Amino acid sequence: MVVNCEQVWQEISNYLEDDVDPNLRAAMEAHFRECDRCRSVLDGTRNVIQLYGDERMIDVPLGFGHRLQHRLGESLQPTRRRFLGWMVAAAAAVVVAGSFELSRSSVFRQPELRSKHAQPGNGVPPEMMVVVSSGAKIFHVSGCPFIHDKAHVRTIVAREALKQGYAPCVRCMKKYLQAHLASPHSLHDRRA
Amino acid sequence: MPEEVTSLNSPAERFNEETLIRRVREGEHELFYELIRPYERRVYAAAFSILRNEADAEDAAQEAMLKAFKHIRQFRAEARFSTWLIQITVNEARMWRRKEHAHLIEPIVDHEDAEGNYVPRDFADWREVPSETLERKEIREKLVEALESLGQIYREVFVLRDMHHLSIDETAKTLGISTASVKTRLLRARLMLRDLLAPGLGGSWSTRLHFAKGTKPW
Repeated sequence: MVVNCEQVWQEISNYLEDDVDPNLRAAMEAHFRECDRCRSVLDGTRNVIQLYGDERMIDVPLGFGHRLQHRLGESLQPTRRRFLGWMVAAAAAVVVAGSFELSRSSVFRQPELRSKHAQPGNGVPPEMMVVVSSGAKIFHVSGCPFIHDKAHVRTIVAREALKQGYAPCVRCMKKYLQAHLASPHSLHDRRA
Repeated sequence: MPEEVTSLNSPAERFNEETLIRRVREGEHELFYELIRPYERRVYAAAFSILRNEADAEDAAQEAMLKAFKHIRQFRAEARFSTWLIQITVNEARMWRRKEHAHLIEPIVDHEDAEGNYVPRDFADWREVPSETLERKEIREKLVEALESLGQIYREVFVLRDMHHLSIDETAKTLGISTASVKTRLLRARLMLRDLLAPGLGGSWSTRLHFAKGTKPW
């Protein structure tokens, strides 16, 4: 088996990994004995592997180990101290869960708005017919130009829309929302 | 040629590592730093090779070690602990790069293996690497500079295989590529680095070095 320079270059990395079959290895070694250029490539490639494989190649910033230890220390506190933290967290969770359950009771229950930025429907007459669409979060007066997804609208009463989490359109319901600011009565007051 | 090495050479050290892993798993969390300390340089270097920025590399390395702690129960003894740490670090650094530097466009050569065979340049011999070469900071800087000039796909493979001594299979698994791709990229990375370094280390940079004539370090 005889190999040329191009074949040697393509296999030189595998040769250094000792990942070539014995026949190819023998052919490459015969080639290296004859070819200065390929021998130079072999020696240079070995040098590269030797230099970069040396641990001294890795320069670590001053204080890296100390900062790493500190960071780990913050996160990996001893179990006993963390136990106290867990107890406090557990107690807080119980309080939060209790509050949540209380808020779900019929007395305190408020409609869950579909959008956290929406306004509650205070001031909107509860029996007023409004338009909603299943893909949107807002209810409107029929004919409002801001209705989304007009192909899938349905008409329900405002009380039901609020119960389902829809919020009033701030444009077409503006007069009710503004009126509420001046009035102590609201839809929720009346529902309660 | 890199050998299958770890920083823990003796059976006693490996036994100590296994003991530390077991104790950390059983709740002695404060021992975790002792467990990873032998590898902190390699972890940092793995992150740096991908991020090429000291501050980012340090942050990513710290995050990776926290993840290693959180998932230490998932470590399987059939793998080397050092390899497992480096795999976590590489994943963290890659994620970090995507998150922090999504706007950066890598050279096109990073996205696909260049086609055609690589032809190494013809230089005079560069046969000797005296041990003291790496004592010189400017030489180390030249080596880092050369490494940084490689495309990402070549640099990652080279760093894992030739600097961290992961096996071909481990490198492929860590990077999510085939072993054939690892071999192709490794060949190119080694030849490109040889071409970048030979003119300097074989000549001008090494004129002040005292060569041990006739001695091959390998």
